[in-house]
Amino acid sequence: MYALEISALTKVYGNQVKALNGINLNVQEGDFFALLGPNGAGKSTTIGIITSLVNKTSGQVKIFGHDLTTESELAKSYIGLVPQEPNFNIFEKTIDILIYQAGYYGVPTKIAKERSAFYLKTLSLWDKRNQPVITLSGGMKRRLLIARALIHQPKLLILDEPTAGIDIEIRRHMWDFLRTINAQGTTIILTTHYLEEAETLCKNIAIIDKGNIIENTSIKEILTKLHLETLIFYLDQPTADTLNLPGFTYRFTDKTTLEIDITKQQSLNEIFMLLSQQNIQVMSMRNKTNRLEELFLKLINTKPL
Amino acid sequence: MNKLVIAFSTIFRKETKRFLRTWIQTLLPPVITTALYFAIFGHVLGPKLGQIQGVNYMQYIAPGLIMMAIINSAYMNTVFSVYIMRFSKSIEELLVAPIPNYIILLGFTAVGITRGVMVGMLVTIVALFFTQLTIQHIFITLCIIFLSALLFSLAGFLNALFAKKFDDTAIVPTFILTPLNYLGGIFYPIALLPTFWHHLSLGNPILYMVNAFRYGILGVSDINIGIAFVLLISFSIILLILNLYFLNKGKGLRT
Repeated sequence: MYALEISALTKVYGNQVKALNGINLNVQEGDFFALLGPNGAGKSTTIGIITSLVNKTSGQVKIFGHDLTTESELAKSYIGLVPQEPNFNIFEKTIDILIYQAGYYGVPTKIAKERSAFYLKTLSLWDKRNQPVITLSGGMKRRLLIARALIHQPKLLILDEPTAGIDIEIRRHMWDFLRTINAQGTTIILTTHYLEEAETLCKNIAIIDKGNIIENTSIKEILTKLHLETLIFYLDQPTADTLNLPGFTYRFTDKTTLEIDITKQQSLNEIFMLLSQQNIQVMSMRNKTNRLEELFLKLINTKPL
Repeated sequence: MNKLVIAFSTIFRKETKRFLRTWIQTLLPPVITTALYFAIFGHVLGPKLGQIQGVNYMQYIAPGLIMMAIINSAYMNTVFSVYIMRFSKSIEELLVAPIPNYIILLGFTAVGITRGVMVGMLVTIVALFFTQLTIQHIFITLCIIFLSALLFSLAGFLNALFAKKFDDTAIVPTFILTPLNYLGGIFYPIALLPTFWHHLSLGNPILYMVNAFRYGILGVSDINIGIAFVLLISFSIILLILNLYFLNKGKGLRT
């Protein structure tokens, strides 16, 4: 079953800006799905329409088979949204944010209080439960957004750039948490600017640009489209400016840092063998760029509309 | 409990707690203002004016002042609450949830009525320090309180949907509501006005509310209170329909 089905979805804003050009998109139940695109590509408009914050111009959106227009309340009850920016009443107490949100979804107060305690403890916010939201740090507010989105136990969780502007430690914690709830059966759709995040977490991906879906496939599949990677080798000591590496393109960025381009057909073993033959010791190595990032830039710059 | 009932009671509880938490801004000012009106107009000037329609001046102005406090509070509660939620985007908490628009409207309107009634009660208590009030027609009094608070709660909601900046929430109260209040027969019977102004006053909806309420409490009125009921019910229905129409369209809420 599809958690989300989008057919011929169009959005034209009042100023005649066409944000979506009849996109089609399906997300399987249980998926961890990434929706990527540059700024202004149509990601937030798509999320906005799915979550009823933006009116569509035409097309259809179904959530677990229920039409968002004709079965609005039922379709909305499946969705939890983590918006891009915190949108709380900053004077409310942290725990009240969760209890009220649960109430909007028809969750009785007793259950809402139990769930609030669970999510506040799980997301390390329990100590702040009686503090007004205005006193929370940026990272805490992000976690509270996630707790609020989960309080009615949605089957589809949508996160619109959830880790933007937060430090790496909190980001990693969030990733672990999201992996756990996805493993428990919640379908997750994520938009992010951190392509590493999509590559690390997601199974499937769609890339949107100028209101069109230009790629919709699995992460694994999309990465096979990369023909060339650049690897950086850190050497133990300076070496000759010219190396014997037939078939490889290489360059030195400094005396002990060597960059080598490698295609899918070439072997790493061959590189190591050639370097060993020249008595060059490699101390460590890494990918020069995020692979998905490279592909992303390539796709949005080359795909015809 | 039904999910819609829970959603309604959540909006009601949250918004009621909000205006109670900020009671210095929401409950106290009308009480102080009305006390000043009673002290100056009723206590200082009143004895010089003698009786109007068989009651003393303090008694005559009391229903109008109570009504003015009720409608201002009901209006301000909804317009402020909804606009601030729009401004802070916390209204999105409601928009993403499976709540029908009529429940959202009902929730905010109910809170507006509650604040209006609460302020009305407080102002009445203040009035009792200055004069004696014996309610003549309890049913009419309660109905007029409810309908007036309902009407202005709905009007406040509509204003909040259309307000583009914070100043827009004050335009109606300052430039429409206040003049209509002062020209609505709170302080004088319209029979005292020259013919032209008398007829013009009959087009002021506040006049009907004030007089119907005065009739409920004192048993005296300048107008036929049947017209007041017809106007209050008709305008409430029109505003209800307009609010639901604009909510469904997403006016001020969805792009």
